[in-house]
Amino acid sequence: MNKKIRVLIAKPGLDGHDRGAKIVARALRNAGMEVIYTGLHQTAEMIVETAIQEDVDVIGLSLLSGAHMTLFTDVTKLLKEKNIEDIIVLGGGIIPEQDIPKLKKEGITGVFGPGTHTEEIIEFIHKNVKS
Amino acid sequence: MNEIAANVLKGEPRSIARLISYAENGDVKASKAMKEIHFSTGKAHVVGITGVMGGGKSTLICEITREFRKKGKKVGIIAIDPTSPFSGGALLGDRVRMMELTMDKGVFIRSMGTRGMLGGLTSAVYDVVEILDASGKDIILIETVGVGQAEVDVIKIADTTLVVLVPGLGDSIQAIKAGVMEIADIFIINKADKSGVDQTVAEVESLVDLECSNKERRTPVIKTIAKENNGITEVINRIEEHKKYLKISKEFDIKRKKRYEAELVEIIRKRLMNFIFDESKFKDGIELLIDQIYNKEIDPYSAADKILGKILK
Repeated sequence: MNKKIRVLIAKPGLDGHDRGAKIVARALRNAGMEVIYTGLHQTAEMIVETAIQEDVDVIGLSLLSGAHMTLFTDVTKLLKEKNIEDIIVLGGGIIPEQDIPKLKKEGITGVFGPGTHTEEIIEFIHKNVKS
Repeated sequence: MNEIAANVLKGEPRSIARLISYAENGDVKASKAMKEIHFSTGKAHVVGITGVMGGGKSTLICEITREFRKKGKKVGIIAIDPTSPFSGGALLGDRVRMMELTMDKGVFIRSMGTRGMLGGLTSAVYDVVEILDASGKDIILIETVGVGQAEVDVIKIADTTLVVLVPGLGDSIQAIKAGVMEIADIFIINKADKSGVDQTVAEVESLVDLECSNKERRTPVIKTIAKENNGITEVINRIEEHKKYLKISKEFDIKRKKRYEAELVEIIRKRLMNFIFDESKFKDGIELLIDQIYNKEIDPYSAADKILGKILK
């Protein structure tokens, strides 16, 4: 058996800054993962539907607009509603320090701000995805 | 019946997605379900879309899907992108051009990496076609990786193969004609608003003249501008015309049998490869043999005889 880790990298809401998301996508690919990239302006419903069809292990959300408290938690709420418990949700972008504990409480397992080394994200995924 | 198989037959998206993963990963849970669903397959029409990189294949698929949806058909899409031979990872980005299909319950999209397969497909693609077929999809669209000269495997699985070209390829049509140009059931010249379109159409038409002079059916050449939904109805009509032609000419039976042959060979190949390379007793033996070949103690042919001797007796 040869399981590959599958990751969905998505940009929710109205935010056109996708450089960070693309860099993370490329780093994860280079770490041997299959990365599904969906482009900009995704709704929580689209993200969850894509995650289901692609059977991903991880959803990586990127947001630089400041709306992360609403848009990130919309995704985790929807996952909970659909009884999907085996997908890890990560967040990245401009996230103020004080929001991180609140996001973690809402099911965003890992939060990675500016300056994070991509190795750190890779290691986090390897540690948290059941093989 | 196996639970996941039963849910796939009901068209339940999470089970469809999970079974596809099992098949891709070579998980033992896949073969059990695959054995059961086969008897509910065979209804879906499989369309392969291949062609040059950047030819607009994903956009075309999005538009073709929308057109089939208007007719009430359920559509499954398999979008294949290359896996890096170095890292084993893949960046699967075809969904970017199909975003508007995401929330349509009558559409299921799966992105796949080639995972080491050459030829423009991925090893599990036969399984995925069976799964989507069993789940009640009427049309299955397969987007291959962008082709150069040898990525022609899609004809092993598709009932109808579309080859997508763009204007301005010029002499490169000559370069890719061996193989890729021969597999088309329908030619599409996309981005037909670009200059040089008439010349490209003329070149393709003249190739078709040579290819089809002694055939019953002449391969149509269609101009499209996918991003403006221009020419798409013609593509749909031609796919349906080809489907009818396959049935009347009995070519359908030949194609389907060829697909099952390719699938059978692929299952056997995978099992043999796993048997040889994954079972530890062989693995150690292989490493030892490689050392011996390197040290000129044995030649590669005799080494192969040794390994195969263990399996074939």
